[in-house]
Amino acid sequence: MDGSQVGPLNAAETEDYAQVVEEHFGGLIDADQRIEPRDAMPAAYRDTLVRQMAQHAHSEIIGMQPEGNWITRAPSLRRKAILMAKVQDEAGHGLYLYSAAETLGVDRSELLAKLHAGKQKYSSIFNYPTLTWADVGAIGWLVDGAAIMNQVPLCRCSYGPYARAMVRICKEESFHQRQGFEILWTLARGTEAQREMAQDAVDRWWWPSLMMFGPPDTGENVNGAATQSHTKQSMAWGIKRFANDDLRQKFVDMTVPQAEKLGLTLPDPDLRWSEERGHWDFGEIDWEEFWRVLGGDGPCNAQRLAHRRQAHEEGAWVREAAAAYAAKHAARGQGAA
Amino acid sequence: MSGTGEWPLFEVFVRGKRGLSHTHVGSLHAPDATMALRNARDLYTRRQEGVSIWVVPSGVITASSPEERDSFFDPAGDKVYRHPTFYEVPEDVEYL
Amino acid sequence: MTEAGSGAATAAGASRHAGRVDPLVVLGLADDALVYAQRLGEWLTRAPEIEEDMALGNIGLDLLGQARGLLTRVGELDGTGRDEDALAFWRDEREFRNVQLVERPRGDFAHEMARLLWFSAHRLERLRQEQQSPDEVVAGVAGKAVKEVAYHRDHATQWVLRLGDGTEESRARMQQALVDVAPYLPELTEDDPVGAPVAREYVEAVLAEAGLGAPPEPRWHARGGRTGIHSEAMGFLLAEMQHLHRTHPGASW
Repeated sequence: MDGSQVGPLNAAETEDYAQVVEEHFGGLIDADQRIEPRDAMPAAYRDTLVRQMAQHAHSEIIGMQPEGNWITRAPSLRRKAILMAKVQDEAGHGLYLYSAAETLGVDRSELLAKLHAGKQKYSSIFNYPTLTWADVGAIGWLVDGAAIMNQVPLCRCSYGPYARAMVRICKEESFHQRQGFEILWTLARGTEAQREMAQDAVDRWWWPSLMMFGPPDTGENVNGAATQSHTKQSMAWGIKRFANDDLRQKFVDMTVPQAEKLGLTLPDPDLRWSEERGHWDFGEIDWEEFWRVLGGDGPCNAQRLAHRRQAHEEGAWVREAAAAYAAKHAARGQGAA
Repeated sequence: MSGTGEWPLFEVFVRGKRGLSHTHVGSLHAPDATMALRNARDLYTRRQEGVSIWVVPSGVITASSPEERDSFFDPAGDKVYRHPTFYEVPEDVEYL
Repeated sequence: MTEAGSGAATAAGASRHAGRVDPLVVLGLADDALVYAQRLGEWLTRAPEIEEDMALGNIGLDLLGQARGLLTRVGELDGTGRDEDALAFWRDEREFRNVQLVERPRGDFAHEMARLLWFSAHRLERLRQEQQSPDEVVAGVAGKAVKEVAYHRDHATQWVLRLGDGTEESRARMQQALVDVAPYLPELTEDDPVGAPVAREYVEAVLAEAGLGAPPEPRWHARGGRTGIHSEAMGFLLAEMQHLHRTHPGASW
């Protein structure tokens, strides 16, 4: 391309794009190199990334709510401070991820509009309610624990901006899981009522946490088959590094001994160590519940989205005012110059 | 932008500590540069990650494109003399 | 103002009294921060933009940190040995010494910025004085807090300028917010006759730059926060804040 001329606005408009993708993109992926924003890339790769980063960002933003619920009621000032910092971190993580998504030419406002319209999803786990203080502990320990398990491999994701955002997030996330464990540890060693509260929370959050790794990759039903091909493609592109079931097993293996340490019971009668596999066996996950909640029939789906929409709508006049102020002052600045 | 109240995108660069150059850390939205700087402080340095911040409107950045990569960066590839390891010096010479 | 009057005024503002530190005055400084942090905590997930969730969260966390440091010191100074949680969760409404401005229910964003501007302008002056407190702990907390609150004041300033000189709607809302908080300002002024004029001068300069008019003198104004008299909102705020802790007496968290 002649540097002095304006090239095609979109690289995909060029005729030899497919060939460039083939050589350039394929070569980088094969060499386990990072793809950067202005690289030629297959449209499907780009779409998958935008969708995944957006859903990930939405999950962080919606995920602020179940815990944000407890900021005003936290049982000690130390816990209140930790929880505020944690919910604030989640806002930050959402922003890192929107920022990464925006390197692919989408705008955050577009993505938020899709979230608000119910056209893009967020992690279904946040459609469950936080009924007691112990839920804050269970979210930190189990939900953040599962999230970290999912996220650590993403630090090596083939798309550079996503991988860099994840490095930052994983660094900050480690405190989240520890504070959750500490909450449950304290409750489990507290009064009888506190212990019951902790057990009740673990009973409610255990299975939804296992569902966070997504449906099985075995392809035994229609949804499963779709999952399988999706997983395969994402793995070939270096967006996904491990299969859902492998990560889920890793999570169970990590969590069982921690639960024993806590003195809390994981609500699965089929949980037992398999000498043969060298892993913990666990019971059947209720995938019907998973699809049901994902489809909108969860206790808090409507509430979470309404809360988010309301904040956005109530903030519209503020955003407009700031934009108007900036425009006025930019104009005045030019007038003076 | 002003009609809908959408805020423009700013790229954020942070100097991690004195003696280092500013490094790109990500982006954020803000109505103007003044607010962008403040938002950047809250977002990218809340764990004391920096001593100085730059914000630049994303729209004013001119970037080299990957297609130009060969003519942009490859010529430097054979200028090994720019790299200090090109030069052999006796091992007992200090401060080089 | 007579000499005696001005002397009394100074004593009312700072925690010094004849070289000794009055725990109740420190408590006022602590409760202002605690109660306002509680209100700011309500903004997380509700701010006009996600960047603002971050900003308000930071301010809330700063104030909560100040409250914890000061409450801990109060428990030592007043001889009761109460820790920060005993003071936060086991005092009843009449024992809280915060000004009523900070307990006002969360309003719109303009209201929050009006409250934050006035509050941090006054608090900054108070903290500057407390840096000279004969009590090393109070002086230490104040030293750190001065930097934090200067930033809070700046944040509010930036927003008041933008809302005042933004759109017609934002200007109207900002003007209304100033009217709404006006009755709560005399409490701040009476609390610190030395710093108050400096704070007022600062805020008025911001309002002038934003093209906002000074609100008319309110017919009624709040009284009594520093002696434990609060508004109806305070009971709800404390019920929410203290309920869980009080349900499990003696428990650790």
